Amino acid sequence: MTAPDFAISLVYIAYALAVLLTFGAILTWVERKQAAIMSDRIGANRAYVRIPFTQVKLIWLGLFHGMADGLKLLLKEDFKPLAYDKLAYALGPWLAIVPVLLVFAVVPFGGTLDPGRLFPSLAEWFGGRTYPMQIAPIDAGILIVFAFSGITIIGAMLAGWSSANKFSLLGALRAGSQLISYELVMGLTVLGIVLIFGTVNLGTIVERQSGTVLGFLPAWGIVYQPFAAVLFLIAGIAENKRIPFDLPEAESELISGYFTEYSAMKQGVFMLSEFIEIAVIGALFVTLFFGGYNLPWMNDTGFVFPGGHAVPLSHGWVVVLQLLTFLGKVFLLCSFQILVRWTLPRFRWDQLLRFAWKFLLPLAIANLVVTAVALWAQQA
Amino acid sequence: MSLPPLTTLPNPIRPAFTKGLTPGSVIVNIGPSHPATHGTIQIVAEISGERVVRTDVHCGYLHRGFEKECESHTWHTLIPYVDRLNYCSALINDFAYCEAVEKLMGIELTPRCRHLRTLLAEYSRIADHLTCVAAALMEMGAMTAFLYLVTIRDYVYEHIADLTGARVTHSYGRIGGLARDLPDGWLQRLEEILDQMDTFVDRVHGLVDRNRIFIDRMRDVGVIATAEAINWGFTGPILRSTGTPRDLRKDTPYLSYGELEFEIPVGIKGDNYDRYYVRMREIDESKHMIRQLIDMLQPGPISVDDRRCTLPEKQAVYTEIEALIYHFKLIMDGIQVPAGETYSAHEGANGELGFYLVSVGGGVPWKVHCRSPSFVHMGGVHRMLDGYQLADLVPTFGSVNMIGGECDR
Repeated sequence: MTAPDFAISLVYIAYALAVLLTFGAILTWVERKQAAIMSDRIGANRAYVRIPFTQVKLIWLGLFHGMADGLKLLLKEDFKPLAYDKLAYALGPWLAIVPVLLVFAVVPFGGTLDPGRLFPSLAEWFGGRTYPMQIAPIDAGILIVFAFSGITIIGAMLAGWSSANKFSLLGALRAGSQLISYELVMGLTVLGIVLIFGTVNLGTIVERQSGTVLGFLPAWGIVYQPFAAVLFLIAGIAENKRIPFDLPEAESELISGYFTEYSAMKQGVFMLSEFIEIAVIGALFVTLFFGGYNLPWMNDTGFVFPGGHAVPLSHGWVVVLQLLTFLGKVFLLCSFQILVRWTLPRFRWDQLLRFAWKFLLPLAIANLVVTAVALWAQQA
Repeated sequence: MSLPPLTTLPNPIRPAFTKGLTPGSVIVNIGPSHPATHGTIQIVAEISGERVVRTDVHCGYLHRGFEKECESHTWHTLIPYVDRLNYCSALINDFAYCEAVEKLMGIELTPRCRHLRTLLAEYSRIADHLTCVAAALMEMGAMTAFLYLVTIRDYVYEHIADLTGARVTHSYGRIGGLARDLPDGWLQRLEEILDQMDTFVDRVHGLVDRNRIFIDRMRDVGVIATAEAINWGFTGPILRSTGTPRDLRKDTPYLSYGELEFEIPVGIKGDNYDRYYVRMREIDESKHMIRQLIDMLQPGPISVDDRRCTLPEKQAVYTEIEALIYHFKLIMDGIQVPAGETYSAHEGANGELGFYLVSVGGGVPWKVHCRSPSFVHMGGVHRMLDGYQLADLVPTFGSVNMIGGECDR
């Protein structure tokens, strides 16, 4: 790896971390405000930052509540149960949050970056190399996603088991069975996309979604696989353990489920990982089904509308548009997940598993079979 | 790596629950401090996996000696205590208690007071049902539906506060009447709120009634048969949800209920969904009754003109010695209730709310016993919990609407 490659990788990592952590923090605010709008309320609007030595209070629609929460969690006592397994207890939160962050490494958040064209003064240093906007452009993309999201199960199980609390244990059992079931559904729904695009490399999958179908429809995954898109989103929300699938932490039944015995920032890490996972599920959905960073009828040189009308754009604008498109789509998906969370009641454990194994799984398999047969018929 | 075994600690309050009956089962204490046990109650449950094998419901954590405390207060000054029985519908308690005392004294209420008490009792019933349904929905994760119902409940509370001065514990009933008459514009605001209530309640109907998750969680869960419900002494929405139209408002009409036209909604098989629906329908019926009562309300005195219980006009107290003496005696000695005993029951929001009073004459009760529906329900609630899932315990317990204040007194 040469110095320019290294520099670009660092910039990408910084960008991805900033985006994810900001999403995690902002989503707490979005959730509050969206829930408030849905239920005819004003929502959190009390936290403020006062400019020192003045009486000017910045409230900004309650945007600082996220900061206040974070600060509160940091300053709280780290209360531990009397008897607990120290190692597993400490590992739990990390195994919950790190895999979620790592999943984002293979998600492309923009098209191809040509730093030489963007910064002509550095053109010589970069030597005309181009970089896909993706931290790890590896071929095993989707496999990596599933490998990492599988680790979060261990985080939840460890946290629940090590706390030596019956409610935590019940939460851990629920988490384990739920995550494994829905992981399977998720994997099977994605297979349809893999068949159609012929690759598991997420970067290539997004590139293949940049054209049009029938001349006007954007060639997004949701156009080829509308059914799989719905199933994937359901399974994704279930993976994230949020209402209606929040049984592992069902507040009214299990207090806080597998992280009942966690307090202060350790509990905050679980919460944060949940919010980041909203963004990650959104990012994965956008990548697989919503054309990733692609705007309809836009390619690396500009817009080409169905009528044949073309609007060329400079490379800088293309990069900015792609980054913003991706963030915008992810944000929409996050907002949709929050909408679902504030609308539906929660499942029961047996109903949840029945839903996964008797409803979603057969549908996912049927979807896969139909896709495979259709592709075979097309080739034959 | 030294975790204590999970099931060997002796259970201090229920020795029968020290060990599980089925191999591999676990005993969990749900409560007294647990999100599902609003109020303070302990459910000791033996669970096998997620299935509840048996439960023992243990109440008493909110015991404050209400009945004993009443014996050292005058008949009037214990009205604030009565408020704190079922704090979701405090006015119903007020009126039930006042009527029992009035029965002992042989007092006939004025028509305006009767209608107004009926109206406020129905208004409180709406607030209580809203609270119960909202809490049950929230515990199942339907937060938005919860907030819709609580929003309208808050309008009701603020509105009652305009009349009584307090949001929750109103202390508005008086023996022989009411504390004060309606303020100006109160009835207009009441009609506004009833219209808004239609909107909010319709939203909740739209959100959950035909929601598959909701139906799956509520249908055929916490089922209780009519015979069993009667055997365990269940009354109110729980009994009606089993299909039995028992309602004191119809069976033994008190206040103005005899003059009103209303239906008794009943369920089909006594499960959670029926209890939810009976409550929602009762809200509709109460609205219907309130609208009738608004038309029936005529101007007139709010309290009976009886010096045994009603305080004289303040103006008269300052100017006439006779009024001053009455005021003094009523405040210092209390209302003189003739010796005797009585039981009088009203249809509370949760069931039969009865007061058994014993008087030996004088200004202080000899005995005040409250037959509170929640306490009776706690005796048989395990029949609705056993055999279902751990997660079912929450909506079932929510639909029973245990109110700590009236359960533990």
